Amino acid sequence: MILTSGLTLFGIGLAAAAILAVASKLLYVKEDPRIALIEDGLPGANCGGCGYPGCSGAAAAIVAGKAPASICIVADAEAKLVIAGIMGQEVIEREPELAIRDCSGGSRAADLFYYEGALDCVAAHQLYGGSKYCPDGCLGLGSCVRACPFQAIQMGPDNLPIIDPEACKACGKCVDTCPRGVIHVAGMSSRLLHLNEVNDCLAPCRQKCPGQINIPRYIEQIKAGDYDGAVMTIKERNPLLVTCGRVCPRPCETACRRQYVDDSVGINMLKRFVADRELNSGKHLPIPCAADTGKKAAIIGGGPAGLSCAYFLRRLGHSPTIFEAMPALGGQLRYGIPEYRLPKADLDWEIQGILDLGVDVHLNTKFGVDVTIDSLREQGFEAIFLGLGAWTASGMYTEGEDLDGVMGGIEFLTAHALGQGPDVGKRVIVVGGGNTAIDAARTSVRLGADVTLMYRRTRKEMPANPEEIVGAEEEGVNLKFLAAPARVIGDENGRAVALEYFEMELGEPDESGRRRPIKKEGSESTMEADLIIAAIGQRPDLACLYDDSDSCPLETTKWQTIVADENTFETAVPGVFTAGDVYTGPDLVISAIGDGRKAARSMHYYLTEGQIPVSKNAQKGMNPLSLFKEIDNVQHKDRAVMPHLCHGDERTCTFNEVEGALTEEQALAEADRCLRCGTVCYDQDMEAQLPLQEHAAQ
Amino acid sequence: MQEYFLLFIGAIFVNNIVLAQYLGNCPFIGTSKESGVAIGMGAAVVFVATMAAAITWLVQAYILVPLGLGFLQTLAFILVIASLVQFVEMFLKKMVPPLYKSLGIFLPLITTNCAVMGIALICQREELDLKTTILFSFASGLGFMLALVLLAGIRERLAVRRLPIAMRGTPIGLVMAGLMSLAFFAFKGMI
Repeated sequence: MILTSGLTLFGIGLAAAAILAVASKLLYVKEDPRIALIEDGLPGANCGGCGYPGCSGAAAAIVAGKAPASICIVADAEAKLVIAGIMGQEVIEREPELAIRDCSGGSRAADLFYYEGALDCVAAHQLYGGSKYCPDGCLGLGSCVRACPFQAIQMGPDNLPIIDPEACKACGKCVDTCPRGVIHVAGMSSRLLHLNEVNDCLAPCRQKCPGQINIPRYIEQIKAGDYDGAVMTIKERNPLLVTCGRVCPRPCETACRRQYVDDSVGINMLKRFVADRELNSGKHLPIPCAADTGKKAAIIGGGPAGLSCAYFLRRLGHSPTIFEAMPALGGQLRYGIPEYRLPKADLDWEIQGILDLGVDVHLNTKFGVDVTIDSLREQGFEAIFLGLGAWTASGMYTEGEDLDGVMGGIEFLTAHALGQGPDVGKRVIVVGGGNTAIDAARTSVRLGADVTLMYRRTRKEMPANPEEIVGAEEEGVNLKFLAAPARVIGDENGRAVALEYFEMELGEPDESGRRRPIKKEGSESTMEADLIIAAIGQRPDLACLYDDSDSCPLETTKWQTIVADENTFETAVPGVFTAGDVYTGPDLVISAIGDGRKAARSMHYYLTEGQIPVSKNAQKGMNPLSLFKEIDNVQHKDRAVMPHLCHGDERTCTFNEVEGALTEEQALAEADRCLRCGTVCYDQDMEAQLPLQEHAAQ
Repeated sequence: MQEYFLLFIGAIFVNNIVLAQYLGNCPFIGTSKESGVAIGMGAAVVFVATMAAAITWLVQAYILVPLGLGFLQTLAFILVIASLVQFVEMFLKKMVPPLYKSLGIFLPLITTNCAVMGIALICQREELDLKTTILFSFASGLGFMLALVLLAGIRERLAVRRLPIAMRGTPIGLVMAGLMSLAFFAFKGMI
């Protein structure tokens, strides 16, 4: 019996073994031995970040030639070398990517973890309306924490996921898992190339900023004490933060929701605070650039648009060269903005930071004389950027304006910046109401003149920054409103000695929304002057575009600007792009910087792919959903006051910088005023809210 | 015909292999976190259980019974099922690559699965003939698949709910399995 049992089991086993042995011969599938070798070389995380089902799938794809050796996002450089060695390939470094959570909605939600299935907060807002809490952003569910195969995501103290950049391999599992789409995976290039889209979570300030800076993010970083992080956040959109921190007229602050509680957040003060910290440390923070592509781009004009374009092209891995007609870079920043607003040493430091990334410069090189589009093409520049600026002052169109002693505002400032300024004499009249007019007036004060600023409308309509107007008044500039020049009176030597002007009154609003000034007949009076500065407007000088036979390959407008596609910034000539004042007409520094980046984006795609993608969802105007007129449950907090660095005679007799920076304490208090808005949400003060609710219950 | 139908329905609902007989609990909890995985695993069990029951029926009828070695049933079945799974894996890899790709990673899991083993043994205990054995084992496999896919669906929804930390994962899975078992108890009166 025992023998039979033993033999039977042995027999069954033997038969099974024999069948399997035969089967393994007959049913042998020839597998490339490299698949097994590569699978051994892969980390075995089966995360799916490569897009193949598991590591064996990836190994098979590598052997089949469908995937590069560097496909694995987890493998370190050594493992990639091993795999490439097996395949006999070279390793091409992939740009590191990272998961990013860009929503803080959940922490402010009264009903956290509540999920009704709308895919993002804008959709939820449209379905249910009115919600100014955000139950609709990050829900704090932690699905991403569980989905992450690398334990890179932890729940923070405020129930929001925190991503560990060291551990994150950008496999995208969290992106797939998140029911609200608040996590995305992006590398540096894709962040630099991203233009605001209507579906992004955009606070009003972020929608308004022509540079599309992620303002809520850098303010939050300041709040957390991460000042270097804030600088890097700004530098993803604006390389000239020391400059903008001083001269930006701050469109963002006009959109700030805080203004409906007390006063808008001092966004630009905070930018200046972090920018000055970097400046005072004397060391540029290291800026990562993508791997070199070997593509050359020529940037004509080293103003804000050109510098911005060169900076972003360099960060995207290209090799830009700037051609500048003047003896130094900076454009209007150097020659149009006086020293007391933007010290030249600070500007030099900031520009040097951009050049150190690997941007070539040719100074004193005039476009149209020393280089042309054709000569640049011959030198191997595949893409060309025209950032010529707007350097010609508009005339007053009055009799006698070509007399000696009458000059344009921008000419006056440029001459002064070059150290060739005219003698201003005792009495100066500046005509105009913009920042250039104020700059000319305040510069003349510092040169010892008695200055009158003449503007044809009233203070309310002046386009200059309000604190610049106040500054001019404090320094003793006489403001003469509702007056327009009629004619310049000259002496027998052909020199201007006085200005005859009309009194004006305001009529109906014109197309710009401002009331049109109307001449009062018979109201002429005269005012004596040694120098008359007409700072009425500026326009580009396009003479350099025309060749000897007076033809120009580019299309231009009657305002002397270059015509280009409003999305791609490409001109009528393929491969030639433009931005800045020469495209928009005189505009803000930050607009030139923002458009410079957009042009750099187009040039990047032009150089690498040949096609420039244009998103249908690009954000242009303000999103009406995001505009509130009242803000509930927020306590009053005073806005910081920008300190002045010099007073009295030092202020009015020297060109020392006037405005100072906030202290760290003030900056933290100012950052704390930020409501951390999203498209439809903002942080409310919970303490303020409780008494209100109790009040409502009674 | 009617008895086959009753057998089929009974094997799926009334005598569900997991929820009524409590066999195969390990893969039931282990592979029920995502419904995609659950469907793959369920299909593999249906496939292997049917084949295993048929082969073991033959082994029982033509080797063990003639030799009077009925007490070696369990031992012999383990040997046969393990070899069978290996063979099936090789066969599919060569002959039906698409099916191998979808079942591939689950087949080795089933080598020592007690649900497969249990189905084969139940067929012997009930002394079913070959045709009924194949039908019964196929239906039992479907019952396993049904339970697995249902639980996976529940657990996918639970994954995004707020649970006490101690209950997350396997504990709540076991509670759900228990509740499902109670629910399936209601089928008892059906036949």
